Amino acid sequence: MSKPEKLIENGIRLDGRKPDELRPIKIEVGVLNRADGSCYFEFGGNKVIAAVYGPREVHPRHQQKSNSAVVRYRYNMASFSVEDRKRPGPDRRSIEVSKVSREALEPVIFQEYFPRSAIDIFVEVLQADAGTRTAGINAASIALADAGIPMKSLISACAVGKIDDTLVLDLNKDEDNYGQADMPIAMTPDGRITLIQMDGNLKRDEFREGLEMAKVGCMAIHEMQKAALMEKYSAQIEGENNE
Amino acid sequence: MSNEIMAELRKDYIYNLMIKGEREDGRAFDQYRDLKIETNVINKAEGSARVILGDTHVVVGVKIQPGTPFPDTPDQGVIITNLELIPLASPVFESGPPREDAIELARVVDRGIRESQCVDLSKLCVTPGEKVWMVFIDVHVLDDGGNIMDAASFGAVAALLTAKLPAKRYDIGEDSPVPMRNVPVSITAVEIGGTIMLDPSLDEQSIAGTKLTVTSNQEGEVSAMQKSGVLPLTSEQINYIVDMAIEKGKEIREKFLVI
Repeated sequence: MSKPEKLIENGIRLDGRKPDELRPIKIEVGVLNRADGSCYFEFGGNKVIAAVYGPREVHPRHQQKSNSAVVRYRYNMASFSVEDRKRPGPDRRSIEVSKVSREALEPVIFQEYFPRSAIDIFVEVLQADAGTRTAGINAASIALADAGIPMKSLISACAVGKIDDTLVLDLNKDEDNYGQADMPIAMTPDGRITLIQMDGNLKRDEFREGLEMAKVGCMAIHEMQKAALMEKYSAQIEGENNE
Repeated sequence: MSNEIMAELRKDYIYNLMIKGEREDGRAFDQYRDLKIETNVINKAEGSARVILGDTHVVVGVKIQPGTPFPDTPDQGVIITNLELIPLASPVFESGPPREDAIELARVVDRGIRESQCVDLSKLCVTPGEKVWMVFIDVHVLDDGGNIMDAASFGAVAALLTAKLPAKRYDIGEDSPVPMRNVPVSITAVEIGGTIMLDPSLDEQSIAGTKLTVTSNQEGEVSAMQKSGVLPLTSEQINYIVDMAIEKGKEIREKFLVI
């Protein structure tokens, strides 16, 4: 697609959303059998799956910490997830995304409960449509809870951007490609920011406003994450009572 | 490892100083260490800069040569930023392929330059679809005294500001300066026990839970940002750092990085 003349017209974006509207989200908890915890997360055109293994033994051994668990996060894009085939394996971008995503989740994990062990988080992007790192973090946060890892809270993430001089929530691919700014943010439900990155161009006030917008978006996602977990686990409890 | 142990021992010391409103080297919380930027230090490079920021020492070289453009941007030049944490610069750096810290540093320096659109990429086009100028920015860290991020970023911009397109050597015309239209400045802050400090020293950096780098352009707008580290920040803290970064960025731009 070449650059559309307008990305937003009369307050309506190309995909029909309002500026502060998220793309549709679909969450499934516990979709993998082998993993200790897992989550499938659809965020507009993004389809990601997260798996959590652990706490388990650390390999290689030298990575282990004597007073806490190590958290490892691998973000990986499938070669078929994007328009032009992506060469498989880690590249510089995915290494950076893995690092900041891990740091986005670490503050809420009670790592000190599991010395000398590893908590491994694997995120596979099956289909990408801008916002894969936020989708991955949302999925990973649920997968951690599903694995029973003690956490202070969930982490919710979404991006704010600027298209045609208008601040919008949750950019899609065209808005990301042709927009003026992109700012992924992750936070705890009480608004403490665990990930913030930004590129593009934002005026001082736009930044301030964007941050508030992201907060509203993250809170909405947090409710959906909670609901998805409740759905799985409340059903399980009811089932057990009937036996 | 030695680094981490040192940090643990100095943690209380730095923390107690901070409560009194002081830093170990006597700086104010918003004060940068002494900064020296010297340009044209490598004759073989098309542009170069040596940056000394306190105890941190980096050399940046810009090499420019003709190459083929990317298919999706046939009429634009290419900028590639690279940074390595070589074992010469610190006892904790190891040889081998760059790891996540080095990759993050390189990508944040790159983002500041790319997203501020400080180089006019369309003017780096020689023949659309066939030949454009490829600008390679290589950051060599020689001594890690903390805040490599800003030193590398200042160096990259300073080197670009003095860099020449070597057109004569490739029979493309006369040499000309790299077309610059903005000067991004990156400012890095750390949070220690609720206090925000700019330009962390090595000790401050290793005990800080989190680091935020904000790159602003000469219009006082934000063009890139990166939070690094495991502790969260509040939106008040982030807004405060952004304000300081724009202000401090202006100061450094006017003093050291003039087009």
